[in-house]
Amino acid sequence: MRYLPLTSEDRADMLSVIGAKNVDEFYTDVPETARLGGTIEGLPDHQSEFAVERHLTRLAAKNVTASDSAFFVGCGAYKHHVPASVDAVITRSEFLTTYTPYQPEIAQGTLQTLFEFQTQVAEITAMDVANASMYDGATACAEAAVMACRATRRKKVVMSGGLHPHYAETTKLLCEAQGIEAIILPAAIDGELALAEHVDDATACVIGQSPNVFGTVTDMTPVADAAHEKKALFVSVFTEAVSLGLVKPPGEMGADIAVGEGQSIGNSLNFGGPYVGLFAATQKLVRQMPGRLCGETVDADGKRGFVLTLSTREQHIRRDKATSNICTNSGLCALAFTTHMTLLGGKGLHDLAVLNHETACDLADALEAVPGVELLTPRFFNEFAIRTPKPAFDVLEALQDKGVIGGVRASRLYPHDDFDDVIICAATECTSLEDIALYASALKEILA
Amino acid sequence: MTVKFTEDHEWVKVEGDTAIVGITKFAAEQLGDVVFVELPEVGASFDKGGDMAVVESVKAASDVYAPISGEILEANDALTDAPETVNSAPEGEGWFAKIKLSDSSELDSLMDEAAYKAFCDGQ
Amino acid sequence: MTMNSSGRPTAPVAASDIQSVETVSGSKGLSQFEPLIFETDRWGKTGVDLPKAKGKASRLGGVERSVRPELPGLSEPETIRHYMRLSQRNYAIDLGLFPLGSCTMKHNPRLNEKMARLPGFADIHPMQPQASVQGALELIDELATWLKTLTGMPAVAMSPKAGAHGELCGMLAIRAALQARGESETRKRVLVPASAHGTNPATAAQCGFIVDEIDANARGRVDMDDLRAKLKKSDDVAGIMLTNPNTCGLFETDIKEIADLIHAAGGYFYCDGANFNAIVGRVRPGDLGVDAMHINLHKTFSTPHGGGGPGSGPTVLSDALAPFAPVPFVIKDGNGFHLIEETEAEAKDSFGRMASFHGQMGMFVRALTYMLSHGADGLKQVAEDAVLNANYIQAKLKTIMTPAFDGYCMHEALFSDKFTAEGIETIDIAKALIDEGYHPMTMYFPLVVHGAMLIEPTETESKAELDRFCDSLASVARKAAQGDESLKGAPYLAPMKRLDETQAARKPVLKWTAPAPEQVAAE
Repeated sequence: MRYLPLTSEDRADMLSVIGAKNVDEFYTDVPETARLGGTIEGLPDHQSEFAVERHLTRLAAKNVTASDSAFFVGCGAYKHHVPASVDAVITRSEFLTTYTPYQPEIAQGTLQTLFEFQTQVAEITAMDVANASMYDGATACAEAAVMACRATRRKKVVMSGGLHPHYAETTKLLCEAQGIEAIILPAAIDGELALAEHVDDATACVIGQSPNVFGTVTDMTPVADAAHEKKALFVSVFTEAVSLGLVKPPGEMGADIAVGEGQSIGNSLNFGGPYVGLFAATQKLVRQMPGRLCGETVDADGKRGFVLTLSTREQHIRRDKATSNICTNSGLCALAFTTHMTLLGGKGLHDLAVLNHETACDLADALEAVPGVELLTPRFFNEFAIRTPKPAFDVLEALQDKGVIGGVRASRLYPHDDFDDVIICAATECTSLEDIALYASALKEILA
Repeated sequence: MTVKFTEDHEWVKVEGDTAIVGITKFAAEQLGDVVFVELPEVGASFDKGGDMAVVESVKAASDVYAPISGEILEANDALTDAPETVNSAPEGEGWFAKIKLSDSSELDSLMDEAAYKAFCDGQ
Repeated sequence: MTMNSSGRPTAPVAASDIQSVETVSGSKGLSQFEPLIFETDRWGKTGVDLPKAKGKASRLGGVERSVRPELPGLSEPETIRHYMRLSQRNYAIDLGLFPLGSCTMKHNPRLNEKMARLPGFADIHPMQPQASVQGALELIDELATWLKTLTGMPAVAMSPKAGAHGELCGMLAIRAALQARGESETRKRVLVPASAHGTNPATAAQCGFIVDEIDANARGRVDMDDLRAKLKKSDDVAGIMLTNPNTCGLFETDIKEIADLIHAAGGYFYCDGANFNAIVGRVRPGDLGVDAMHINLHKTFSTPHGGGGPGSGPTVLSDALAPFAPVPFVIKDGNGFHLIEETEAEAKDSFGRMASFHGQMGMFVRALTYMLSHGADGLKQVAEDAVLNANYIQAKLKTIMTPAFDGYCMHEALFSDKFTAEGIETIDIAKALIDEGYHPMTMYFPLVVHGAMLIEPTETESKAELDRFCDSLASVARKAAQGDESLKGAPYLAPMKRLDETQAARKPVLKWTAPAPEQVAAE
């Protein structure tokens, strides 16, 4: 076995040092009925590296990659370019194969990158503080909701009809487990501002998204104002982090908590995970935040260094009174994010966002020109919904035959709403003008 | 003015119908460096034994229970910026809150200084 | 002769001893000083090349950011150097033994990384048509089969994103099962041993349960008398959360009886699978009466810890809990593999959705690669070698340090601080190990052992490495027993001395802020 260093001689020597005849002696506490004679049945034995590689490569070959096609799928995960240096950084053994930085004297590499990550996230969301990451955007949203309930001592959460349904369902599940009332407003392409009408004295927070799942961007300041008037919090969600380079960020709309998905920056699509949840808040709420926080301090010589801090919020100290049960987060994905952000800088993020927006405008122009196609999203960043005169399922299938993965059919996210003819399409810097032309011509043929 | 103590290592100084409440020197030493105190809101009411405040060191968080029932008249906001006062003067400037007593008979069940000292020695 | 005038000394010459060398750069030889990126002068710059904007009319409807994010951008060489320099301040498995107890810091095979980066896995979108991702769905199904077979359990939920998320999955399934029985309002009590990892009580609380702590006995196992007493009144019991092997590194001897007692009381048995590495391939949790157990793919199945994640926590479920498993999940029929994403039809009893999309695909690829590499025989050997290594460490150190409990351990050896002299603490031993070139063991956990030191070597350490580690720890332990005060200042040889956590917590500085502009003298 190539991964096991012990030889049979080693094992025999070690057993004699221990004073045991064989390893079975270590397992005598296992109930007799649960002791297995040999190896577990129904599984193959070990294989060579090349045999394993062949098997995995063949599985991988059965998938159509985003780069194989003209690709327009978004809805919470986006095909962006990841610079080569990002992978070079995150495959460094010192980052890849280390643990949570519980021993700061020998983990300053991880800790300093987390401090830089927190600063970058706070800056792009225009919030005061950010944590060291969550699992993904949806779980960050759920944690924001229960955090708002803790902070306000209220038990009601209202979500917009434009909040990504996965986020809404994840949030509803966690809330209801804790006896919190969770209301999801009816699906709406341009309905974020309706949240303002759903705040009352019992509401802990309202949760809105911009750009929302249909791509609509909204200045949610009126929602924040309405929430604050009732002493409730406003949680501002985003699923496309690149939008923050151009679109009004949570902090400029009066958000108390900003959460979102950071995959777009530095992380591959990975069929949905691992991703990196971003979580930021106002200074006032810092002690209510879930997850790890990295803070600045000094060592015994007075040299600046970084440590995990405010740990008393966390499960390993507070146990059943912790702000969350989260332990492992998304460290390496956060490193990918911060590496890419370091390359981009504020200017690069802005320029990248402009490029995304202009490409999406090109796409919108091309698709709107196809007879029968209606653009449904009034204001968008790099994603929007269209209505087609034929069922979206059939249209997307026909597009796939022509080498175009044309987007997400809205009915996959909203099976019970009237969205059967709606497709949500995204464009990014990876989308070429040829891709757009192919999409438009293919769509024209299909709808003719 | 009388000072009384609880088995949860809190002290209560009574002046008229007002009680000043804090944690004892013994407790402060056990906690180590205090880094944060979550104080009760003025106007909040607590029953005896209710979770009134939280005191945190780097590696521990401890609930502070209301030693007697009553309404919070004042919280020691100075601790927010200087939690270390709990270590340097636990039984003085490091007080937590002033409570308006709702039932002064509850004081009878608390320990006096000698009894508390004996209690700590037995721990 | 020809005179070579470029001669220089080629052997060291005696120089006067100095304690430390001060440098102007802040670097010390190969240890390079590296400021925060915000302290560079790269503001307004960027390290990416993008095509020029065309100046198209905005369709944002005016919902625009008022100020551009103020962050520096670094060129690629500066970026690479920044992170490479920082990497030099991290300890990692690839540098040496990483004996964190209950963390299973084993070698991360590089084939796993290579496979996860195949475009067929890394460059596919979770919402693209299912017909275009059949290989991905097949992989999830294949991994699920491995997990079910290795645990002897009938079902597995693949979407949980880490161990604690898997705990949440299991406890939500229990909550849903109680709801289906009409007992979710009455059965609120969850029994958790005092030795449990903090995520257990935190998870129970997150699901609205009330935690009732059970004692450990003198052998480090569940105190059965206390358990029976706590089950006397049983109509409010939702279940038990028990780690096995437990956090003391011991197999719960009475585990089957515990399962029977909980089931008889009407509750469910959640097993924390954090320590599955000790028994994988040798014992199937399904044979022990478990109803739910999460599996940390980043522990037992070698996906990298990455400085704190990402993890992955698939959760196996018994027949009693399987109907309540979260969406999405993969099914197979004559037409191939399908994702069930809605809580209807075959998922009508599902408790719902726990995260976006379908789980940690990148981790699934790595874990399956690991399993295929090892096979059933190799995985059994993994568990046995992990346990052998831990017992070897325990045997070599038991006369110098104080084992917390008698007898053999499983995959981790637990010591108390009883052997240390007055004034020397566990943390001093841990920090001194850093000077010896090792990452410290888990310290002060589990809480039931005073000054606990929990050492998990894993199976990927050679005997020579173990011997070297034991020599180091033995030497530190002897100093601790003698009351050597020098330990209090350790580490001396790390990039940093001990850090002031009190200051960090009292005055939290959680992000960089520009220093106030220097006071300009009034004109």
